Amino acid sequence: MGGYGSQFAAGILLTLEISVCSYLIGLIFGVLGASAKLSPWKALRLLGNLYTIIVRALPELLLLLIAFYVLAGAISGLAASIGLVKSDFAFNPFLVAVIALGFIQGAYVTEILRAGVLALPKGQSDAALALGLSFPVRWGRVLGPQVMRHALPALGNVWLNATKDSSLISIVGAFADVLKVSSLAAAATKDYILFYALAALCFLLISVVSMAILNALHIRSRRGLHIA
Amino acid sequence: MAAPPAVIMDGVNTSFGTNHVLRNVSLNVGQGERVVICGPSGSGKSTMIRCINGLERYQCGRITVDGIALTRDAASLKRIRRDVGMVFQSFNLFPHLTVLQNCVLAPMSVKGMKRAEAEALAMEFLGRVKIPEQAGKYPSQLSGGQQQRVAIARALCMQPRIMLFDEPTSALDPEMVREVLDTMVELAGSGMTMLCVTHEMGFARQVADRVIFMDGGEIVEEGAPDSLFAAPKTERLQRFLAQILRSH
Repeated sequence: MGGYGSQFAAGILLTLEISVCSYLIGLIFGVLGASAKLSPWKALRLLGNLYTIIVRALPELLLLLIAFYVLAGAISGLAASIGLVKSDFAFNPFLVAVIALGFIQGAYVTEILRAGVLALPKGQSDAALALGLSFPVRWGRVLGPQVMRHALPALGNVWLNATKDSSLISIVGAFADVLKVSSLAAAATKDYILFYALAALCFLLISVVSMAILNALHIRSRRGLHIA
Repeated sequence: MAAPPAVIMDGVNTSFGTNHVLRNVSLNVGQGERVVICGPSGSGKSTMIRCINGLERYQCGRITVDGIALTRDAASLKRIRRDVGMVFQSFNLFPHLTVLQNCVLAPMSVKGMKRAEAEALAMEFLGRVKIPEQAGKYPSQLSGGQQQRVAIARALCMQPRIMLFDEPTSALDPEMVREVLDTMVELAGSGMTMLCVTHEMGFARQVADRVIFMDGGEIVEEGAPDSLFAAPKTERLQRFLAQILRSH
């Protein structure tokens, strides 16, 4: 393999870093988006709807290109013009990538969480309120875990997509993730089969391990259900 | 100084859209009083008791619970909900928590009780509703009657001064109604202030100091159970009682 082993290891690490960071950001956008779509205020609902409609309609690569070549430049230019940053400032590409990917995943997470909240029986919230539970306890201990029970399989799918979509960023920046490492190695050695198979194996490994973890989480989230 | 009445409702009105659910409801419940509320479905009886702990908003009128005015202010709601326990038709136990966890959650998080203390308290109340041996099980492993008794224990763990029951036996199989009613009769014997929406007339006769009959969002008639059932004054109550008797 001519010394590509360590590059692959670094590639896997970068792929995982991008996936994990973008996924966590996606969960945050998802909570915000679902809260907006379920809000009693019409303006927030409209904003939430716009978010999910637009983001889910456009190809992810297009959104990434917009984030890198339009938004990042515009925002840093604006910040520079009002003196917040120096004129040669540029965003860290890793940061732009994970925020953009997270923003995209957030639209899907929004829909998943919204459906999970709507599936809660109203009595659960009534009982939690009647017991006097505070907002964090209500959502953290009573309603949240029940939303997760509904949402976990779909959130698992978003995670698996996140690991694969992370490879899109090698198109917009100088990222040596698994896919980029393998294509560089393949191009240099002409050993396409070996290196693309290796890349496939890396993604397969990530997904098999993910599924095992997701499955364990899923079983835990279903405690108390259908035992009788 | 005498303790303030447990519940005062004064000219309370509620509507959902154009649907006027409560019309000028006024009610005084004394400390330790046991009130049964009956009436046809859609008469506003559930809405009325859900107003008392702020699960339902009211548009005009005044509600005072244990001397605390119920307003939209979060602090008043918080204080009132500490004092008022509620039991629902569909039990509403938290399905992902065990019986014991259901019981200790509120005492620990609302009152800041230590786990050991909360668990000891929970076991005491689970003993009072006669299912301490189920503490480690999940709600789905219990029968409906057992679940409702857990729900009563869960509410009692907050050591409320007032208990609200919203049709607690309506979702139960007939053979399980008795065990829940027995638990409530025993609770009534302990001097707890109780407001109970139910069609169990036997229970009303046995424990109620007063029965309230609601129809169309207003209190139509009220009185001691024996006189109310024996000599209903209004035609609406006569019709309602005839229907109840026919179905029993």
